[in-house]
Amino acid sequence: MKLKSNIATSESGFVFNPTSGDSYSANAVAAEIMLLLKENNSIKEIKQIMLSRYEVDSSHFEKDLDDFIAQLRDQNLLEL
Amino acid sequence: MTNLMLSPIELVIAVTGLNAIDSPGPGVSVIRAIRDCKDFKVRIVGLSYESLEPGIYMHDIVDKTYQIPYPSAGTESLLNRLTEINIQEKIDVLIPNFDAELHNFIKISDALLKIGIKTFLPSHEQLDSRDKINLSEFGKKNNFDVPADKILYRMEDLPMAAKELEFPIVVKGKYYEATVAYTLEQAQKAFLKLQAKWGLPIIVQQFISGTEINIAALGDGEGNAISVIPMRKLYITDKGKAWAGVTLEDDSLIDMAKRFIEITKWRGGFEIEIMRSPEGVLYIMEVNPRFPAWIYLTAGAGQNQPAALVKMAIGEKVIPFTNYQVGKIFIRYAWDLITDIQEFQQISAFGEL
Repeated sequence: MKLKSNIATSESGFVFNPTSGDSYSANAVAAEIMLLLKENNSIKEIKQIMLSRYEVDSSHFEKDLDDFIAQLRDQNLLEL
Repeated sequence: MTNLMLSPIELVIAVTGLNAIDSPGPGVSVIRAIRDCKDFKVRIVGLSYESLEPGIYMHDIVDKTYQIPYPSAGTESLLNRLTEINIQEKIDVLIPNFDAELHNFIKISDALLKIGIKTFLPSHEQLDSRDKINLSEFGKKNNFDVPADKILYRMEDLPMAAKELEFPIVVKGKYYEATVAYTLEQAQKAFLKLQAKWGLPIIVQQFISGTEINIAALGDGEGNAISVIPMRKLYITDKGKAWAGVTLEDDSLIDMAKRFIEITKWRGGFEIEIMRSPEGVLYIMEVNPRFPAWIYLTAGAGQNQPAALVKMAIGEKVIPFTNYQVGKIFIRYAWDLITDIQEFQQISAFGEL
């Protein structure tokens, strides 16, 4: 699972897809996850990193992460 | 001491399309791009049709403007007027920017060259090949996706065409304007309005939903693409014009424009209007045979197409651009220019300002 290499992201959460021209605003946690995806971390690694950073229920986080990944896929932001 | 610094070339460039209004002509954008190029020192001669084209009064953009006859007056009166203007101005390059005037300018391009005015225009055959009337056939012949259409000369044929294409349909004028019609009544109303404004035929086209993308491109007339810049409309006016847009990175769009140039051997600037369907199919909606009004974005993104056209017009060899900045945005704005009634009187009464 990897963000497409040409997707521009910023720490503020602004995301720009230069192929479609679409832009998005990600919240702080989503921006952090996108950065981890960009650094080629696997979903499993992202889960571990985020759970070590935040006090959050593991199953709850996993569901939210799955939803977020599905959104990224829907928006064509992930490598196939 | 000898000054080894090379001076920029001094050129007089005539430009039409000074109507920088809500549905703007490309002239002011073309001029801004040319003025940005440090290789020229230019005097800009505006050529206008109406007295309230804003570019006439933008004296830091246009040095002097002359009115020219409407395209319907024919080529003889156009050539006579340009010859008269040329005695004063000694024009080097002329860039027409309206679809409706191109036929005449192409027709007199040899005569213009004889009096020293260079153009860089497509041929009549190239112009006709991408005409709305022929676009569907052009697409079939050259393997481009183009929406199905019907060319209508009588309103009585509208119901049958609408039945075949299925509502909604797009009703388009010969030169400009298009309306999406969801019922036969709406289609008939649009037909009559467009017929009154632009004449016949009327083009009725299959409606394609998706993302609107435009491509500005420049061909050298030998099949080579000098520049291709794709742009996604970010904000669209009620007339369907881009009010803001962003440059895109998409090889499929660039390849499409390059293939168009290769097939047509297009000479000059043009714009391809694309609709990308949800399935990713790139439909060519229209090909406009001149620079679009957003052409200044090409200069902003690093491929100054109007300046490259001027260089080719004066016989310089231009190497195709390879890079541009993706994510460059243009945002159009309205600006109230204050002028005096004397200026309006001058252009209205004497045909020059």
